[in-house]
Amino acid sequence: MKVLVPVKRVVDYNVKVRVKSDNTGVDIANVKMSMNPFDEIAVEEAVRLKEKGVVSEVIAVSCGVSQCQETLRTAMAIGADRAILVETAEELQPLAVAKLLKALVDKEQPGLVILGKQAIDDDCNQTGQMLAALADLPQATFASKVEVADGRAKVTREVDGGLETLSISLPAVITTDLRLNEPRYVTLPNIMKAKKKQLDIFKPEDLGVQVAPRIKTLKVSEPPKRSAGIKVPDVATLVAKLKNEAKVI
Amino acid sequence: MTSLVIAEHDNAAIKGATLNTVSAAVAIGGEVHVLVAGHNAGAAAAAAAQIAGVSKVLHADSEAFAHGLAENIAAQVLAVASSYSHILFPATAGGKNVAPRVAAKLDVGQISDITKVDSPDTFERPIYAGNAIATVQSQDATKVITVRTTGFDPAAATGGSAAVEAVNAVADSGKSRFEGSEIAKNDRPELTAAKIIVSGGRALGSAEKFNEVMTPLADKLGAALGASRAAVDAGYAPNDWQVGQTGKIVAPQLYIAAGISGAIQHLAGMKDSKVIVAINKDPEAPIFSVADYGLEADLFTAVPELVKAL
Repeated sequence: MKVLVPVKRVVDYNVKVRVKSDNTGVDIANVKMSMNPFDEIAVEEAVRLKEKGVVSEVIAVSCGVSQCQETLRTAMAIGADRAILVETAEELQPLAVAKLLKALVDKEQPGLVILGKQAIDDDCNQTGQMLAALADLPQATFASKVEVADGRAKVTREVDGGLETLSISLPAVITTDLRLNEPRYVTLPNIMKAKKKQLDIFKPEDLGVQVAPRIKTLKVSEPPKRSAGIKVPDVATLVAKLKNEAKVI
Repeated sequence: MTSLVIAEHDNAAIKGATLNTVSAAVAIGGEVHVLVAGHNAGAAAAAAAQIAGVSKVLHADSEAFAHGLAENIAAQVLAVASSYSHILFPATAGGKNVAPRVAAKLDVGQISDITKVDSPDTFERPIYAGNAIATVQSQDATKVITVRTTGFDPAAATGGSAAVEAVNAVADSGKSRFEGSEIAKNDRPELTAAKIIVSGGRALGSAEKFNEVMTPLADKLGAALGASRAAVDAGYAPNDWQVGQTGKIVAPQLYIAAGISGAIQHLAGMKDSKVIVAINKDPEAPIFSVADYGLEADLFTAVPELVKAL
């Protein structure tokens, strides 16, 4: 069984982005870019499934600019066997990415697609569910545990108030939550090995997909600033302030 | 122009997030209908009909909806979607799970986590963990939206008198099966609906200490318990207590952060709280930059002292 793992190149999670002064977006020139952390968890999970012998091949996919090749090399250093880049300079929104992935699902016929529940740049939380709908596959989002056996996946999901477990038939789409696993550190020998692995490049046209954005960003602005308050010297003052000034207790 | 709000419910009652979502639909303008897809969910449908501002409730009942499986709920929404200009879900685990399936099948972009309605096609939403606010305009005929509940006041749960219309339930997809759940049962308010939240960080050091120090404070204040990602990752608190960019987004009247340094991802989840109190022994902790009241102290002495003083 093949596993397809879509990965997104995003601004590194340690970078605090700045809104551009002309309000057209955030400034991502010269900032560190990395693999979306949830997608890294997805790659790790796929590689562990391969190590357990449940999966025969792990294919990493990324959609976007040419530099996404670096993200794909990272995925292959973690343990993905090969990679596909759908290269375009156009802004890609989740629906467009889901359509590109659907075309690749048709082509590669994976038993599982595992991807992050959300990307930490646009915070959309859409792509996995959209892919599942377009490919008419069952889904298990926000996974914190995955077991694959007998043509089904048993997935524990993080839901409001606790956990829930679903059993879904394969092929299926799974999106990862934070606690699914802890991705391994990539080692230098594996980085070197990843450089030699196969990386195919397609254009959206090759897959017959229109990627034009559906949602227009009119402006991007700074959030309202919360001003720092005061330091209180002791618990008694704190309680007095909460009672008499803030009136919240 | 008519909006459809997909109700979050437990078959017996409507969950609070539905009320905030109705408010967002009211802000868009036009009529507001609510879909209750559930199993033996007559009581939930009747409760939805009471919500102020709702003019019609669609009630689809089937065993296939008992556990809110995304495949089945999305199919039910799609079965009635053609009558609506806007389809709104609360941005809860349930809403986020289903909405994109509906958007994809309608071939429309989805607008996630809106915090403000500027016009029927233009919305504001946070990006980059709330470090920027994007104003976005949908170019699609149908707008599929998830609503960040902290961005909208809840609609009144009573005062409405909508008609309840039964609609045919779609068939079970057969591809997904509910196996079970572990939902913590306690008397505390739900994290996203609580008026007061008491939240602990890595400084607590262990699950035992977390419970020993934070629980009495929560009990005293009738508060919900939250945690930073660091505390959850370390196993001091359950996963669903995590407040932050990728956990729960909360905006209570009072948020007390004890031993939380205040990573941007955590601040993204709580900085809209009305009053923020930070207790931390590190004077440089970033949490102090958003706190209304900062107490530089060791939480192991300050929190018990606070419990006594309340």
